[in-house]
Amino acid sequence: MNGLPFPFAGETLAALPSGALHWPARRLLCVSDLHLGKSERMARRGGPMLPPYEARETLARLDADIRATAPDTVICLGDSFDDLAAMRALEDAAREMLTTLMAGRRWIWIEGNHDAGPVDLGGTHLEALTDGPLTFCHIATDTAQGEVSGHYHPKARLPLRGRTLTRPCFLVDAARLILPAYGTYTGGLYSHAEPLASLMAPEAKALLLAAPPLAVPMPR
Amino acid sequence: MTAVSMMRSCPLPTGHAPPTPNAFPKPGFCPISGIMTALPPIIEDWFSRQGWDIHPHQRDMFDRATEPALMLIAPTGGGKTMAGFLPTLAELAEGDHEGLHTLYISPLKALAADIKRNLRRPVEDMGLPIRIEDRTGDTPQSRRKRQRADPPHILLTTPESLALLTSYEDAARTFRGLKRVIVDEIHALAESKRGDQLFLALSRLETLAPGLRRVGLSATVEDPPALASLLARHPDPCAILQADPGPDPDISMLRIDTPPPWAGGGGAYAIPAVLEQIKRHKTTLIFHNTRAQAEIFFHNLWLANEDALPIGIHHGALAREQRERVEAAMVAGQLRAIVCTGSLDLGIDWGDVDLVIQVGAPKNVKRLVQRIGRANHRYNAPSKALLVPANRFEVVECVAALEAARAHALDGDPRDPGPLDVLCQHILIRAAAGPFDADDLFKEVRTTGAYAALPRATFDACLDFIATGGYALRAYDQWQRLAQRPDGQWQLRDPRGASRIRMNIGTIQDSDRLKVRLRHSRGGAPLGEVEEAFAATLIQGDTFLIGGQIVRYEGLREMVVEVSRDKGRKPRVATYMGTKFATSTQLSDRILAMFGARDWPALPAHTADWLALQAQVSKLPERDRLLVETFPHDGLHHLCAYGFAGRNAQQTLGLLLTQRMETQGLNPLGFVATDYATLIWGLDPVRDPAPLLTRDGLHTALEGWLAENAVMKRTFKSAAIIAGLIDRNAPGGKRKSGRQATFSTDILYDTLRKYDPDHLLLRITRVEAMRGLVDFGRIEEMLGRIGGRIDHVALPRVTPLAAPLFLEMGKVPVKGSAEAAMIERERQDLMQAAGLE
Repeated sequence: MNGLPFPFAGETLAALPSGALHWPARRLLCVSDLHLGKSERMARRGGPMLPPYEARETLARLDADIRATAPDTVICLGDSFDDLAAMRALEDAAREMLTTLMAGRRWIWIEGNHDAGPVDLGGTHLEALTDGPLTFCHIATDTAQGEVSGHYHPKARLPLRGRTLTRPCFLVDAARLILPAYGTYTGGLYSHAEPLASLMAPEAKALLLAAPPLAVPMPR
Repeated sequence: MTAVSMMRSCPLPTGHAPPTPNAFPKPGFCPISGIMTALPPIIEDWFSRQGWDIHPHQRDMFDRATEPALMLIAPTGGGKTMAGFLPTLAELAEGDHEGLHTLYISPLKALAADIKRNLRRPVEDMGLPIRIEDRTGDTPQSRRKRQRADPPHILLTTPESLALLTSYEDAARTFRGLKRVIVDEIHALAESKRGDQLFLALSRLETLAPGLRRVGLSATVEDPPALASLLARHPDPCAILQADPGPDPDISMLRIDTPPPWAGGGGAYAIPAVLEQIKRHKTTLIFHNTRAQAEIFFHNLWLANEDALPIGIHHGALAREQRERVEAAMVAGQLRAIVCTGSLDLGIDWGDVDLVIQVGAPKNVKRLVQRIGRANHRYNAPSKALLVPANRFEVVECVAALEAARAHALDGDPRDPGPLDVLCQHILIRAAAGPFDADDLFKEVRTTGAYAALPRATFDACLDFIATGGYALRAYDQWQRLAQRPDGQWQLRDPRGASRIRMNIGTIQDSDRLKVRLRHSRGGAPLGEVEEAFAATLIQGDTFLIGGQIVRYEGLREMVVEVSRDKGRKPRVATYMGTKFATSTQLSDRILAMFGARDWPALPAHTADWLALQAQVSKLPERDRLLVETFPHDGLHHLCAYGFAGRNAQQTLGLLLTQRMETQGLNPLGFVATDYATLIWGLDPVRDPAPLLTRDGLHTALEGWLAENAVMKRTFKSAAIIAGLIDRNAPGGKRKSGRQATFSTDILYDTLRKYDPDHLLLRITRVEAMRGLVDFGRIEEMLGRIGGRIDHVALPRVTPLAAPLFLEMGKVPVKGSAEAAMIERERQDLMQAAGLE
């Protein structure tokens, strides 16, 4: 799978090159900020009419990760849809892909700031989920302990000789883990920008997406 | 033009014999055209009061003012602008014209503002009832609004501001009664998409003001009819007037005792000789081919400037305030020299320039001639120019360019059909102005020279892209940008979209530049701009040159590069990138012809000896054959192919050849390209270069490689912005750094390539990349020229002609396992340094 194993809250987790988080001991896969339907929402609001293929592209990558890890549980960590109207407007092909992915496993939608409210696609809908030492929620809290969140779309810059490598990344310290955005049409917030810089402890690491991901001290 | 030039340029000095009365027929009206046939006495009188004569071409322009399209070609200082405006002044002298009469378009805001000042003086002197105003991005909102409702008689503007004017619902009222359009510096505009946008706007104006007369003012160009066909309404003819080009320039190579270095483009070796020339002349312009070279040269010039001569620097990446300061000092005659780039190529007159120095080979004869024209604006005095080759090979190039300039042989490439991204933007602009009929718009577009052969299907594809996104998956039928009304007319689905369109008008790509500012200088003037890609390579503490000073990179805040002053004398990072022009086909041909001569009296001894040695050790390249040398050096095997196809094409050739070597298991490691050759190194020797250079499959290989390449992604981004797929500016907000919602256009490119490979924007991207940075046309031209005749010379050591290539900057590593190893090493260093591993 070409993932990067790392310790967190006493468990061994793996950062996958796609930006998904794998917890092998629990047969659990977690992805954050899919932003499905983003292109539809932008067009609806009179913005640019972007190539309308981002939902199926995001789901195709999720499909590959699910095939590789065969999880019993999938957690979507919030902002799974760009908004609820975008969810309802999801093209049939993407909806079918999603239904196929959900079949036969526990599927949990954590609510995000973009997609608060009920989801009519099946699965369990929660504000947060605690499983053993880990708590899954959308936005990092002040009192984190074994907290896995998303929301900020972290990315980081690694200076190389004469050029830089910029990649989405996981951010991890002793108390919290922040996932990169999994959605195709998503940008990022630099790890050195606020609030990420103060949110993460001084010894935090960034795991830059690559095959396998690259662990570096979190750039500040 | 400055006040000085306008006055000095049209007439001859006092003391010239006054015109004979016969030369001035009594003013009168042509009863048929309703247009003046002779200058009104008030204008004639004003001219003679100044003691000035009128140039023959200025009179010609006046005599032929009724032509529907007219182009004047005149050297700098030939009084072009006055020639363009004389008919307007004459027609407006009666004071009976209501509203807009003449629209003047220039590529520079500064030029529009200058012309306003310079026109107002004679108009006020003569007491003519003419209102003159300019309108650019800097014009206050209130005045812009007023100008639409109550336009002046003469409006001076830029292509972008004109496009914006045509996007308003009241455009028909604004342009009602418009008689003349004057396009200044049309040769410069026609070279870029700004020209395409302008000519499309003219087709629109023609509909709004039928019978509009078009006037183009151009510097010397290689193919006047081609330029004229862009100006005129297709298929109307366009009359071309040639002003007396004046005496030939006095142009030569600067004699310097030290021979130039083997490689590089800085010209630092010439600093003492250049300083000497500055001292001997009143004002010297020192042109460079790139901003980076200008910055480095200026820095070195300052270090050597012991007499503290006032010298300035001017280039397009400097902050406007800083450029304006230099311009003002120049006009006031306070500067002895300006180090500059193409930003000074345009028609602004910089006072008493009596010498032009070109550092680095000019790459293109036309540009050289236009630059030389910057010196000595007295109409009948020769301009004086000196060339400074930056390295040994450029000595040959400079001599070839001198020959071409003396032979008046200008170079230029045939123009491609009008770009479709600009057409897409034009359709958007049309939609912002109100409902339109597709057939009418198509007909109108086809009256533009560059789009005269546009197929209807292509137009429809552009319209579909604007209306629906043009995707194979019809996702946005509900949210179309344009909707068709029951009567068949197209209109914006949401009329509020118009303001969004207006905010994104233009074809100039400046969105990937970042401002550079001194840290803690709140609200202080920015020092200039750097490319985003350059900023991304900086780490804290790096020092670089900008505006002639060394600064230290402190960090990136919002979209601003923060720096502090650095006391050091040497910048650590060379400097930011800049465009590199490829040597023109004509110059390459002349160089190859020179090689064939075998005897080089025009070359300095150091360069002639070098070529003679090459001829003795290996061969000199020939025009209809390809010389390929192979030799071992420093433990690696090298191959050098002398294609003379220009920098971009030689670069592409390097990518294609290394790709083929990779498949043949020859383990290429990297390459470097110049305007004349590509040098490749690897672990294994190439025994037979012919199979690497076969034409078969080259195009396919290129397409495959291109698709993944950064060149394509950059080209795509530019097309996507111009065509309106993504907004450069969003309503109600500036671009913020690191915003989670904005994402790279690379993602859009990858998505389209995977799910919609025939999408219009990908087709546009492919076409543009092939003729731009990839320059595949010149590779094909080269392969056709050599027709399979390859001279392979295998040698035991580096050849004289190949040796300079080892010193060239910009070596390209072949991507592979080596790169991954470098990243991993870097990562481990960081982790260890931070005590995390």
